[in-house]
Amino acid sequence: MTDLQWFFINFFQALAAGLLVGGIYGLMCVGLGIIFGVMRVVNFAHGDFMMLGMYVAYYLFTGFGVLLFLGPYAGPIVAAALAGPIVFVIGWLLHRYLIARVTGTRVVSAEAEGHYTQIILTLGIALVLENGGLILFGSKPLSVQTPMSRESWEVAFIFFNQARTVGFVISIAFAIGLYLFLSRTNLGKALRAAADNPIAAAYVGVDVDRSHGIAFGLGCGITAIAGGLIASSQSFQPYIGFDFVIVMYAGVVLGGMGSILGAFWGGLTIGLVQQMSTLILPYQLQNTAIFVVFLLIIFFRPRGMFGRVWERT
Amino acid sequence: MSAQRRSLMWQYIAIGVFAVVYLLVGFVVRNSYYQLIMTLVLIWATMGLSWNMLSGYSGMISFGHASFFGIGGYTMTIAFVDFGITPWIGIPLGVITGVISGVIIGVPTFRLRGHYFALSMLAYPLALLYVFEWLGYQEVSLPMKRDAPALYAQFSDPRVYMVLALGLTILCMIMSLHVERSRFGMSLLAIKQNEPAAEAAGINTLRWKMMAMMVSAGMAAAAGGLYALVLLVVTPQTMFGVLTSAQALIFALFGGVGTFWGPVIGAAILVPLAETLHAELGHIIPGIQGVVYGSAIIIIILLAPDGIYWRIRDRLMQRRLGAPAPSLVPEPIAARGADTGRARSSPGQPLLRLDGVSRAFGGLKAVDDVSISVVEGLVHGIIGPNGAGKTTLFNVVNGFLAAGAGHIDFAGAELVGLKPHEICRRGIGRTFQVVRAFPRMTVFQNVIVGSYVGAATDAEAERLAFAALERVGLADQQANAIARGLTMKQLRLMELARALAPRPRLLMLDEILAGLGHDELEDILRIIRQVNREGVTIVIIEHTMQAMVKLADHFSVLDHGKLIASGPPAEVVRNPAVIEAYLGKKWMDRAKNTVA
Repeated sequence: MTDLQWFFINFFQALAAGLLVGGIYGLMCVGLGIIFGVMRVVNFAHGDFMMLGMYVAYYLFTGFGVLLFLGPYAGPIVAAALAGPIVFVIGWLLHRYLIARVTGTRVVSAEAEGHYTQIILTLGIALVLENGGLILFGSKPLSVQTPMSRESWEVAFIFFNQARTVGFVISIAFAIGLYLFLSRTNLGKALRAAADNPIAAAYVGVDVDRSHGIAFGLGCGITAIAGGLIASSQSFQPYIGFDFVIVMYAGVVLGGMGSILGAFWGGLTIGLVQQMSTLILPYQLQNTAIFVVFLLIIFFRPRGMFGRVWERT
Repeated sequence: MSAQRRSLMWQYIAIGVFAVVYLLVGFVVRNSYYQLIMTLVLIWATMGLSWNMLSGYSGMISFGHASFFGIGGYTMTIAFVDFGITPWIGIPLGVITGVISGVIIGVPTFRLRGHYFALSMLAYPLALLYVFEWLGYQEVSLPMKRDAPALYAQFSDPRVYMVLALGLTILCMIMSLHVERSRFGMSLLAIKQNEPAAEAAGINTLRWKMMAMMVSAGMAAAAGGLYALVLLVVTPQTMFGVLTSAQALIFALFGGVGTFWGPVIGAAILVPLAETLHAELGHIIPGIQGVVYGSAIIIIILLAPDGIYWRIRDRLMQRRLGAPAPSLVPEPIAARGADTGRARSSPGQPLLRLDGVSRAFGGLKAVDDVSISVVEGLVHGIIGPNGAGKTTLFNVVNGFLAAGAGHIDFAGAELVGLKPHEICRRGIGRTFQVVRAFPRMTVFQNVIVGSYVGAATDAEAERLAFAALERVGLADQQANAIARGLTMKQLRLMELARALAPRPRLLMLDEILAGLGHDELEDILRIIRQVNREGVTIVIIEHTMQAMVKLADHFSVLDHGKLIASGPPAEVVRNPAVIEAYLGKKWMDRAKNTVA
């Protein structure tokens, strides 16, 4: 084959890989987007909830093998899905006992000072989760090994990694489900009301602190599912969280902070950027590429592609 | 000796005592592991001081100080390993590269606020981490120079490193002390508490933030260089890792934000704790250090968000209740009072001229083709119902909002396109509808922030601030009160004094009478009249007519962004368009009917 043909194959290969990873990143970003959208809290520990999701999926399927009976195909998927409710509970508890003390109705007035304590509190939580993870899980890189991790479907010279393809499809399904939940159910509408205007929502009878707890848990759970899905095609260790915090924020900012749908597209774009960057940059620098893109977005279009103007001057 | 000098001297004595005690302990301790911990405490204290310099004073939270730490460390190491340059030169080189990278990072990043700033600062060290791994600097060890160890800063006695680190820490403490006591620190504090107010008070916020970033980056780079020298090895993870950035922040927050003692206290408590736990339990519980740091930060932010230093200080202050707080008001001042302003140019001539000024928000025309001429020496009232665009007009004049169209001429110069602090510098002061105080500063400190723009030296700034306080009648007991505890009237007067301090030619007052009782209102009106008699032109927004009729020489009336009337008060209040704007058409008709 000629060089040009190789270039096109590589290009489409990277495009395909980017789309597949991007779909999972999209779901991950939606989790973070819910938290920011509803609570206006910048959660630095979010990558660590994803890390927890990875380990939950790992222990359910590979570690303790509880789900082995489901077979090598359904097992990892169910494990990832179960990571959702488990991490939801962890997130809800952390919100209830720590984060709620510096967010919500109590601090609605103290705008600037509120942000400052929230950012630092979640940084503290991130450090505890990461290093607690190191204590509990050890530093050895792990991954959820399934037959699909190594297998690919080949379509016109382009390889689609099976684990990633399945992860992609399931991510989309979860994202659509979440969208329906937020737009169709009363609880979802209450969450969106609390996001729109916490004070007005409180006046019409929405329990804002309860909504925040649910939103925080939900955001963590959704991202944990994405983590569980990606765990079958990527190795991980307890320190993986901070890398992904930047990945996720890049997606959320790109989609427009506060827009949940936008977060999905933002995450998808970031996945594409990450994989396409390998066409011109060394493999080790793919995360650097994301950070650079993240900085460029923040500088030139901090409102993102779908963002609402919510920051008042 | 002034109170300020005396308090500075006490701080020096305290630093001296700290240094001597630390040295004594360091030389008594025989165990080389403890000596290493004592050195690390100082290196991390320096790192905390670096973080405090930027984030503690200015409030711009940085999660990325590891960038500078790592750049300092790697510059020294690469200079040593690849070029054979001694660390004695390598560390200063690292400081220089650190400062340069501070500028490179600062220029774009200072456009961001709040969590955007924190997030992007987190991205820099992570990006650098991968770059350094990719460049093949996974683990670089410093070569041993056995022939000339001192020349290459290699000492068999670990106490030498401790002395070096102590020197660096003391240097950074003294720098921080002087920053705290100067207009530099005061400006950063004002930025932290209320950036728009600081801009309006004539502070070039970008410039001071950049200065803080450069000093801070230099300190962090020095700490990084020394760290690499002491540990003899650098890895991207230890130099650029998130934990490194986090530690800088944690020590400063734990010990106390915004004071140079904070990071020192924080490092002195947490570093030995974490290191000891790591040494005792590290082989069983590998992440124990991170858990300790993480828990420390969670506990401190929930229980004492300002840190230990302030907690203890508040306790001590309470015990000595009754004893006055250390006075920052300069003692006898030569030109007390009677200093009312610069030479006035031309009373009776237009001083401020708005020509077709417009400003829209999306489809809403908040200010629509407004032309107003403010005559020097007069009180010019801008009135209109809620939402008429009065405050927007002010924000356009003093540079918070860009004008969509039109020209603004002040004393012959165009104002459109200038930043708020530049406009302030030209002689326009303003107060805000919602008082923008610096809540944790004293009244005097609040006002002196405003006077820097009109003063060449800190001493002159103090003089101006005091004169302004005298003009509004806050000079006596209230000058040392903390702004947070003031009444609404005192806050309004303090803001007035802050705007008056640099002796502006034009003063813009935005609903300065809002929320005041009748007597208080009269007091403030009296002061405004006095200021005006002394030659300051005043533009004032109010929507209560009564007060305005008594005060203003000229009225301009806005409604829905448009200028609907302008002229002497007696004339304007009879203008049907004005009455309609205030009362609505239905009421107008009814009023007409009753009269008829």
